[in-house]
Amino acid sequence: MANILEIKDLRKSYDGGFEALKGVNLEIEEGEIIALLGPNGAGKTTLISMICGITSSTSGDVKVAGNCIRDDFRAARSLIGLVPQEVALEPFEKVINTVRFSRGLFGKSRDEAAIEHILRRLSLWEKRNNAVKELSGGMKRRVLIAKALAHEPRVLFLDEPTAGVDVELRKDMWDIVADLKADGVTIILTTHYIEEAEAIADRVGIIAKGELLLVEEKAKLMARMGKKELEVQLTEPLDTIPKSLAKYELSQTHDKTSVVYTYDTRGERTGITQLLNDIAAAGLSFRDVSTRQSSLEDIFVTLVQEDAA
Amino acid sequence: MNWTAIKAIYIFEMARFFRTFLQSLISPVISTSLYFVVFGAAIGSRIDQVDGVSYGAFIVPGLVMLTVMTQSISNASFGIYFPKFIGTIYELLSAPISFLEIVLGYVGAAATKAMFIGVIILMTSFFFVDIQIAHPIAMVLFLVLTCISFSLFGFIIGIWAKNFEQLQLVPLLIVTPLVFLGGSFYSISMLPPVWQTISMFNPVVYLISGFRWAFFGLEDVPVATSLLAIGFFTALCLGAVYWIFKTGWRIRT
Repeated sequence: MANILEIKDLRKSYDGGFEALKGVNLEIEEGEIIALLGPNGAGKTTLISMICGITSSTSGDVKVAGNCIRDDFRAARSLIGLVPQEVALEPFEKVINTVRFSRGLFGKSRDEAAIEHILRRLSLWEKRNNAVKELSGGMKRRVLIAKALAHEPRVLFLDEPTAGVDVELRKDMWDIVADLKADGVTIILTTHYIEEAEAIADRVGIIAKGELLLVEEKAKLMARMGKKELEVQLTEPLDTIPKSLAKYELSQTHDKTSVVYTYDTRGERTGITQLLNDIAAAGLSFRDVSTRQSSLEDIFVTLVQEDAA
Repeated sequence: MNWTAIKAIYIFEMARFFRTFLQSLISPVISTSLYFVVFGAAIGSRIDQVDGVSYGAFIVPGLVMLTVMTQSISNASFGIYFPKFIGTIYELLSAPISFLEIVLGYVGAAATKAMFIGVIILMTSFFFVDIQIAHPIAMVLFLVLTCISFSLFGFIIGIWAKNFEQLQLVPLLIVTPLVFLGGSFYSISMLPPVWQTISMFNPVVYLISGFRWAFFGLEDVPVATSLLAIGFFTALCLGAVYWIFKTGWRIRT
């Protein structure tokens, strides 16, 4: 699949010398969903703002479907839709008019069928004649998405789309994103909810202090970075771990009825067979074993901590 | 040129005007009527004709100009400041449009609204005084140019303003005094010579003089000078807007 977005050595520094972005390189294929994870102030919104034309870059290049965002800004921007982090809407205007406005602003001629399709898809059709200020917070976020989709973009930026929304709406948003992906829209979303990236992204990028620490396929990342834990439930509580098991660096659960072995999934040998044999040899019997994969959150925390160190 | 985008901005801005149509209209109509009652009837009855024109009729061009200038500035400054204030400016900045197109949309809408109100004020004046327009085409030309140049000026103020206080500052502290001292209610020739000289530094004098000439053929300064002055002011504003466009001043970080 061809790259729809190419970012080369993108930098942003402010007058005071603060570097918000320190040379970001990123290529995004058409049709994928990429989640940019990072703590507050990491540079996620700055990156999006620069690609969309809201903030000017200090240096570097960005191409959208081969169009430079500076030299061919009209072609580049007409392919992009942006859902900002803050709910920013004209409060007194009708929902349908704000969406029509967005379509016109991007140079697309009036198309009532297209507007209706977008509003229905986002469950806003019934509210089309309501003033924006009459809508709930969740509905307003939907209006932001409708506005971003009004000109049928090929790339959609969602800047923290579910920040501060309830669980139900968050799930709705994920469904909407899945729908858009099915239509072939490339989606770049920033979030600090790891759960969100885990649920919907194809690839995950981790940003901290203006640097893109890594970008990798979510599954590969979790396999590469992920530790697994094997919990062995014993038939009887164990006061102290026998010396013969010391090499496994086992930990115990609070009630001392289980021992937990952490192993690397990348290793050729995980040591599980040997461990279970040694547990039996130590005269311990067990009634159950279970494994747990570390989450993206664990990986994220590890990476950001490593970067800070 | 992205004409569809210009049209979208224009329609969206005009919709704001029509949403508050009555407020937009009633306030200037009432204040103008008050001017006619106070200056035209109460004070004007004690003032002789000015160069052969009754005082009530004499102040009409000045009143229209006063309204048109303040309306142009407030419409245009608010029009661009409001998206900055509520955050919807992100959409303008991320759209495939140039700053010129943004200016055309906002300034076009602000100038139209001001023009609309100016015409209403003129029509209101017909109820109070008997008035003939000597040069109707020139009158329209002056009106349009004033609406455009002051809307451009208002647009610059809207970009510059960081809060609502600043938005009001320039119109209140600079424009209103200049308009009042610019011969809205009197002829510059009625002033002592020193003040006549000082008045020549007030750009509004040229606009009101030209506009009044279009009504009565009377002029404080030659009409060509008036046209040059308004042309110069428009060029100045265009230059400032171009500079804002190039630098992204107070818009793009």
